Amino acid sequence: MTDAERLALIRDVLGGIAPEAADAEIAGDADLRETLDLDSMDFMNVVIGLHERTGVDIPEADYSELFTLDGAMAYLAAKGA
Amino acid sequence: MAVAGTSAEIRSVRLEKSRERPCNLGDYEEVLATFSWAEARAMLDGLPGGGLNIAHEAVIRHSLGERAETTALLWLGKRGERRAISYRELADEIRRFANVLRGLGVEPGDRVFVMLGRVPELYVAVLGSLLAKAVVSPLFSAFGPEPIATRLKIGRGKVLVTSPEIYRRKVAQIRGEVPDLAHVLVTGRESGDGTTALQPLLEAASDQFETPPTDPEDMALLHFTSGTTGTPKGAIHVHEAVVAHNVTGFYALDLRPGDVFWCTADPGWVTGTSYGIIAPLTNGVTNLVLEAEFDAGLWYETLEAEKVDVWYTAPTAIRMLMKAGKEALQGHDLSRLRFMASVGEPLNPEAVLWGQEAFGQPFHDNWWQTETGGIMVANYASMAVKPGSMGRPLPGIEAAIAKHLPDGGIEIVEAPMVEGELVLKTGWPSMMRGYLGEEARYRKCFVGGWYLTGDLAKRDEDGYFWFVGRADDVIKTSGHLIGPFEVESILIEHPAVAEAAVIGVPDPTAGELVKAFVALKPGHEPDEALRRSILGHARQRLGAAVAPKLIDFKANLPKTRSGKIMRRLLKARELGLPEGDLSTLESDEK
Repeated sequence: MTDAERLALIRDVLGGIAPEAADAEIAGDADLRETLDLDSMDFMNVVIGLHERTGVDIPEADYSELFTLDGAMAYLAAKGA
Repeated sequence: MAVAGTSAEIRSVRLEKSRERPCNLGDYEEVLATFSWAEARAMLDGLPGGGLNIAHEAVIRHSLGERAETTALLWLGKRGERRAISYRELADEIRRFANVLRGLGVEPGDRVFVMLGRVPELYVAVLGSLLAKAVVSPLFSAFGPEPIATRLKIGRGKVLVTSPEIYRRKVAQIRGEVPDLAHVLVTGRESGDGTTALQPLLEAASDQFETPPTDPEDMALLHFTSGTTGTPKGAIHVHEAVVAHNVTGFYALDLRPGDVFWCTADPGWVTGTSYGIIAPLTNGVTNLVLEAEFDAGLWYETLEAEKVDVWYTAPTAIRMLMKAGKEALQGHDLSRLRFMASVGEPLNPEAVLWGQEAFGQPFHDNWWQTETGGIMVANYASMAVKPGSMGRPLPGIEAAIAKHLPDGGIEIVEAPMVEGELVLKTGWPSMMRGYLGEEARYRKCFVGGWYLTGDLAKRDEDGYFWFVGRADDVIKTSGHLIGPFEVESILIEHPAVAEAAVIGVPDPTAGELVKAFVALKPGHEPDEALRRSILGHARQRLGAAVAPKLIDFKANLPKTRSGKIMRRLLKARELGLPEGDLSTLESDEK
């Protein structure tokens, strides 16, 4: 995947869980949970969504690497997605 | 969900306790026999002439005594900040806040709403308001504009303390609907349209403020909770409640001077007030506040680095820790951790046992609700834990199982393991004194000197209580009550939605999730784009905490002859349970 594809995929997963923020501008280093008002269940669903769409296994211990858009991009890239 | 008490095998497990470790509630039967509320009251200082003020007991009295330099609040910020605030310093801060309120013309009895994350200003605002005899009403910062407006209107909020960010995103748009809201104080130094910056006001205010005469029956707290129908209810609590906050913190959480205590509850709900602010401070402990959201690694680091003695958390968090696995715990020295408790919804037996495996001690589940103001039934440090049970009543609390009679009365069931409604003998200090402006709904909660909790439970032969379920349609998700009506009302405002029904569906982590069934108006297609549109609408209006997590399309919803949507039938079908009495069913779902 290219960076642009990765970003589009993450934004689409986020859009399925917090559609009201689908078009919102999100700073790369902003905490997604705050910016998009994701509670812990929402965040878990984001992780599940990313796993389903990319096949990347994301253990609980790695969740904190996905708290920002930049973090999620780098994580998926590092896992070969 | 693995509901407590359904498995005879797990129910027979008993985690025995060593008698050697001293704890505040040594011998349950003995304390029960000698306990009196008068003695519990005598644990506090009180005010001259029989008065009682929560903030005075929590902060002011300690600031004048030997605990003045003890850390009252240990705040760990999101960006690694660390602030230790002593009882003396906290007393100065809350006196300043009380003076700020006086300067704004806030009178005793006026309502101050507080909507903030876990930041120091939250504690200052809550306690300062109580000191000034204003009534505090906490709001969950994940509420959307609609729940905020509803609660501000019912409570006739005069002041709102919040952050500039929350105000801009969620409050500004509803400001016109709440004419009673005279002042919005925002944290920091920058004020914007319609708001006043709090920090300059605090700095300009005097730190001299004498605790005013406070009648123990003066209204102190207004906690909103949800019923099956109608608007949210504002449960009224009075200053006298501090007697229960204090003594339940002492017995059920085993709080002792010198302890570092960590309550992970959000300050927007009742646990975050009773046990996130009041009880730890009245007990003179160091109250740890971690601003960041849940993160397994950070939590373990915090428990270790801050040498937490007593930890009060919730089933959803515990189940997320279980998912992170015991490996995440490895390398952490948690030998200081003396007592672990849980509240919010029944803690499944597996989670209690996991505590024993992972931490060498079980989680101690306890039970209470907004209306009870404090812990009513608990597992204690000194008593064997039966995993899945909510434990035994607090000293001073009489709990029973009741059956409803056809004449509207109730009958107390003495036989063990009979399912009925959990009821509490009225008269404990933190019992709600009313639902604001809703006398009829308040009266309905009481029959023959008993408070009806709305929870179904059983009591076993040893006196332990076991939660069975809710008697109504209220949804319990991540420990918070959600009223289906509040959610449905917003869903049907979406232009494509004809009707909506909202139920709770079991979830292994959150206990229950809010699920909405919607029937569409003609001309709308049930597709992903529309699902997102409806979900986005609900989240924008209600906030993440209240909006549904799941949306299912139906051509039509099952209704009674009077047109009432049958949530119970939808739920039974969702869960594959017997459909029960269908005699009132007029039009079925498609």
